[in-house]
Amino acid sequence: MTAQSATHTAPETGYNFAYLDEQTKRMIRRAILKAIAVPGYQVPFASREMPMPYGWGTGGVQVTASILGPDDVLKVIDQGSDDTTNAVSIRKFFKRTAGVRTTTRTGEATVIQTRHRIPEQPLGEGQVIVYQVPIPEPLRFLEPRETETRKLHALAEYGLMHVKLYEDIARHGHIATTYAYPVEVAGRYIMDPSPTPKFDNPKMHMMAGLQLFGAGREKRIYAIPPYTQVRSLDFEDHPFRIQTFSHPCALCAAEGVYLDEVVMDDRGGRMFVCSDTDSCEERREQGHRGAMLADTPAALKGESSHV
Amino acid sequence: MPPHLTLERVSKSFTLHLHGGAMLEVVSDVSLSAGPGECVVLGGPSGAGKSSLLKIIYGNYRCDSGRVLVQDGSETVDVAAAEPRRILALRRSVMGYVSQFLRVIPRVGALDIVAGAGRQGGLDAETAAQRAKELLTVLNVPERLWGLPPATFSGGEQQRINIARGLIADRSLLLLDEPTASLDARNRAVVIDLIENKKRSGTAIVGIFHDDEVREALATTVVDVTQFAAKAA
Amino acid sequence: MSDTPLLSVSGLTKHFGHRIGCADVSFDLYEGEVLAIVGESGSGKSTLLNLLATELSPTRGGIRYRMRDGAMRDLLAMSEAERRFLLRTDWGFVRQDATHGLRMNVSAGGNVGERLMAVGQRHYGRIRGTAFDWLERVEIETDRIDDTPKAFSGGMRQRLQIARNLVTHPRLVFMDEPTSGLDASVQARLLDLIRNLVSELGLAVIIVTHDLAVARLLSHRVMVMKSGRVIETGLTDQVLDDPRELYTQLLVSSVLVV
Repeated sequence: MTAQSATHTAPETGYNFAYLDEQTKRMIRRAILKAIAVPGYQVPFASREMPMPYGWGTGGVQVTASILGPDDVLKVIDQGSDDTTNAVSIRKFFKRTAGVRTTTRTGEATVIQTRHRIPEQPLGEGQVIVYQVPIPEPLRFLEPRETETRKLHALAEYGLMHVKLYEDIARHGHIATTYAYPVEVAGRYIMDPSPTPKFDNPKMHMMAGLQLFGAGREKRIYAIPPYTQVRSLDFEDHPFRIQTFSHPCALCAAEGVYLDEVVMDDRGGRMFVCSDTDSCEERREQGHRGAMLADTPAALKGESSHV
Repeated sequence: MPPHLTLERVSKSFTLHLHGGAMLEVVSDVSLSAGPGECVVLGGPSGAGKSSLLKIIYGNYRCDSGRVLVQDGSETVDVAAAEPRRILALRRSVMGYVSQFLRVIPRVGALDIVAGAGRQGGLDAETAAQRAKELLTVLNVPERLWGLPPATFSGGEQQRINIARGLIADRSLLLLDEPTASLDARNRAVVIDLIENKKRSGTAIVGIFHDDEVREALATTVVDVTQFAAKAA
Repeated sequence: MSDTPLLSVSGLTKHFGHRIGCADVSFDLYEGEVLAIVGESGSGKSTLLNLLATELSPTRGGIRYRMRDGAMRDLLAMSEAERRFLLRTDWGFVRQDATHGLRMNVSAGGNVGERLMAVGQRHYGRIRGTAFDWLERVEIETDRIDDTPKAFSGGMRQRLQIARNLVTHPRLVFMDEPTSGLDASVQARLLDLIRNLVSELGLAVIIVTHDLAVARLLSHRVMVMKSGRVIETGLTDQVLDDPRELYTQLLVSSVLVV
């Protein structure tokens, strides 16, 4: 299958479709298939040099490049937002190298590459979410030896994971891990959901969409197939809980969503707004109005950009 | 009833490799026995091998030939050939060894040392504690010392703790290596009494007593160890 | 007293190329027995310990172990998963260097609790309670429960290692020079603690030491090793008071009498 035909905008010439050569894509697809077959297991792959630094999502970009077809619609988010530098540049990268259609609408996207968040709107069957992962090894915190962590995974010796949670409670009185909160996938492998806040952990459980994780520097790919059990680790007397927010979103009045704190001035003024900008916009379009909307700085209303 | 202890043609020598492989004959061809209620006193000058003989019986020294038969209930065990754990089992429940020296256990109080020895010898905790108190009382160990580790006690006090420790359990064979040395007359009499009680209850005793008074009070047989001196090696 | 050994070793041999690590070692160990392996450095005693703990695989020979269900199993034929399970439940290993036996970045409570969590305990309060009890038993101030062992003295670290190992009530514990490098008074306290725990819990222990005083205080039996071979074995007081072999006499005579 050649990819060049039937694109919506003409891609940059001189590059293969979606930048990576077809051999590399095949190699990565094989890793992805294996990862789907063994949910939560970290599959090593020959990560390529990408035209961006490590830490900017090279793992996620390679996974996206390998699964992208000309008919796909791509959404890229960073911290839930479609318009941060990282999200914008990755979107632009695929627009130029693959010529695919891009969107900010969760519902329209077929492939969503993300750093940190899972969209508030539940993903459906046929949608794929690609996570950018900095450190894929959940046991790294306590066991620095790669040979040993592999063995621990192979033998399902996961006592260490609870030692980490124990330390949290001992130090803070509660499980203070708020992101990269370890989960058990399909009753077998312990997996690091990457820097995603634990607020999003329940969304991984029995998700209708396919979840793929790519770590470029660490050269690992792992996956959660659709409708897979994902359980956040906890103690009987300290059960897993997600963050709750005392106020609704200041812009769209949404409750039960993940909020970011925004500092508005140098006099201690601040507000809490949806981290998922697309979901927030959609709600405002539907007429929802948050408490702060009237006197929100122009920049946050999206009317003009500040200097 | 068979004797609690029978030695058959026991010989012992030391090979001193660090001294040109010199052979040091200790005893040769020893045969003796001690039945229930008997007290066999080993006599002879120092260096004749009395203490070595006790150590052979206790399994502390090995012997070159012969048998050391100790009765454990209906079973006869040859200490000279037994496995270490069999000897340890004998030491726990059948044979006791009391020397004049207390090997000090740091940080454990006197009463607990004595009671602990009782529990190791098969007494239940309550009986052990009760007997420990009785023994320390008759041995004139002041009650204010009972909770303290004996490391700081006087020589005589340490020795009495050691005797209490050695006598608390009910063992059928007791090996005594000068338990009364350096005790004053009053305490010596107490110890004689305690040993006499053991005899009456059927314990077999093999002992070394330099003190004539003690020897005469306790001995049923006196064996002169010089007769076992090495016969022209 | 059970008549089947807990651990049965036969003809255990390890070659490192042409060099002999240890050769033809056989012995049985029973429940509640403390066996000391003594010898100078290079005598093969640590090699033997590592073979027994299945951290090294032998060139020849066999090790059999009586499992909790009573079945004698060939350790070398066991799967790695089974052996590792054994190591963190029914066995313990107290190491000379506490930084190898402890997680230095994890609190004392977490160090003790790890084995409990590894066997599936998931109640924080109970895990912490057990850790608390064990710290008390090994005489570590319980208000240090949330401190990491980095802040602990050498003696405390060893006591913490012991608690961490004993928390799952193992039946067999390996100890590799557990008291070396400690001050005399600290050493005495640690030995006393080990001795009490061993007799209280009826542990079988294999302890490697170059220190005959340690062997005398803790062990029932002793094996003397030289050049990878066991040259003399027997009751501890027998071997130390009536040593037969030249080498053992040399070892015994070079001990300072205190």
